Amino acid sequence: MRFDSLIESVGRTPLVGLPRLSPSADVRIWAKLEDRNPTGSIKDRPALWMIEQAEKDGLLTPGCTILEPTSGNTGISLAMSARLKGYKLICVMPENTSEERRQLLRMYGAEIISSPAAGGSNEAVRVAKGLAAEHPDWIMLYQYGNPANWRSHYESTGPEILDDLPTVTHFVAGLGTTGTLMGVGRYLREQKPDVKIVAAEPRYGELVYGLRNVDEGFIPEIYDEGVLTTRYSVTSADALKRTRDLLATEGIFAGISTGCALHAAIGMARKAVQDGERADIVFVVADGGWKYLSTGAYEGTLDEAEDRLEGQLWA
Amino acid sequence: MAIEVRIPTILRTYTDGAKAVDASGATLEELIGDLEARHPGIKARIVDDGKLRRFVNIYLNDEDVRFLGGLGTPISDGDTVTVLPAVAGG
Repeated sequence: MRFDSLIESVGRTPLVGLPRLSPSADVRIWAKLEDRNPTGSIKDRPALWMIEQAEKDGLLTPGCTILEPTSGNTGISLAMSARLKGYKLICVMPENTSEERRQLLRMYGAEIISSPAAGGSNEAVRVAKGLAAEHPDWIMLYQYGNPANWRSHYESTGPEILDDLPTVTHFVAGLGTTGTLMGVGRYLREQKPDVKIVAAEPRYGELVYGLRNVDEGFIPEIYDEGVLTTRYSVTSADALKRTRDLLATEGIFAGISTGCALHAAIGMARKAVQDGERADIVFVVADGGWKYLSTGAYEGTLDEAEDRLEGQLWA
Repeated sequence: MAIEVRIPTILRTYTDGAKAVDASGATLEELIGDLEARHPGIKARIVDDGKLRRFVNIYLNDEDVRFLGGLGTPISDGDTVTVLPAVAGG
């Protein structure tokens, strides 16, 4: 495979079978390896689509400053593109995100503004919206509300999956901005009306839900519940256990949000076996485990790892 | 029939700080009604105008009840119900 630049190499990631974690020859689980993107996460797709849409719309011109609330991966993807295309980048990041993400962003030349840990990404969104109002010349791409986010998956991730696995029956991914599920979900549903679209939502420690009242909750503007078949809440303990199982049984070293999606995928596989149905279940490996080593997720007992992860944003 | 209901931090003012409380009911709606009888005031924070509040998520054994049967979702002995505010990811 040859590309004219790093940006051109976004997407076309491998889909690999998991013969040991799949329960039978009729019920198979497949991993879409999004860690094989240029900056190591699925966010390279929405970041590139959002930047290119803003360029087409005339909002972004060389020298512009991009502002984005992000827990890390979207920021890293934007930072790479920004460096190659000549933009400045300011990321608003919750304090409780891993050190590796911060180091990578600084290395790419991005400026980081920290938002309070309590409230998680909700607070990052609030702070970024305030900054955008104060600095009308900064361009906030705003992954939570930008249709180019889900469109990147509608136009690339979804078609890749169907090309590689025309017999796909389930698609499972982590729920954050909801872009992956909205885009792949809409594409697959159009092509295969019976496909099941399953969201795996990380359930964090209590600190992250530390809102002052329920009306401060946040639902991304691009979220459309009608695209999903169902939605599961996955605890840090289950996500960690599956992340380790994936490495131990299939050799894949993935980030913790991948364990979250795998947990839901295995649940779907069990259900298909119980119901005596054939299934080809695709789940997303959103990133590799490298950026989470400092969280201690891969060392010691599961209980110790879970304690260390308490209060951290791991997806 | 007792169902364990997990309460988020912001609603524990209604449960004397308890992280989990017991309630009973054959459906989620009945369960929330029983919860209100035991912890007055909590229902209005969860349900508004006969519907789940927009920024409140309720999970029956980890599955979002909006995809099961909403407030009409049947509940059985041994189930766990978790209430959480909606937060952003990404």
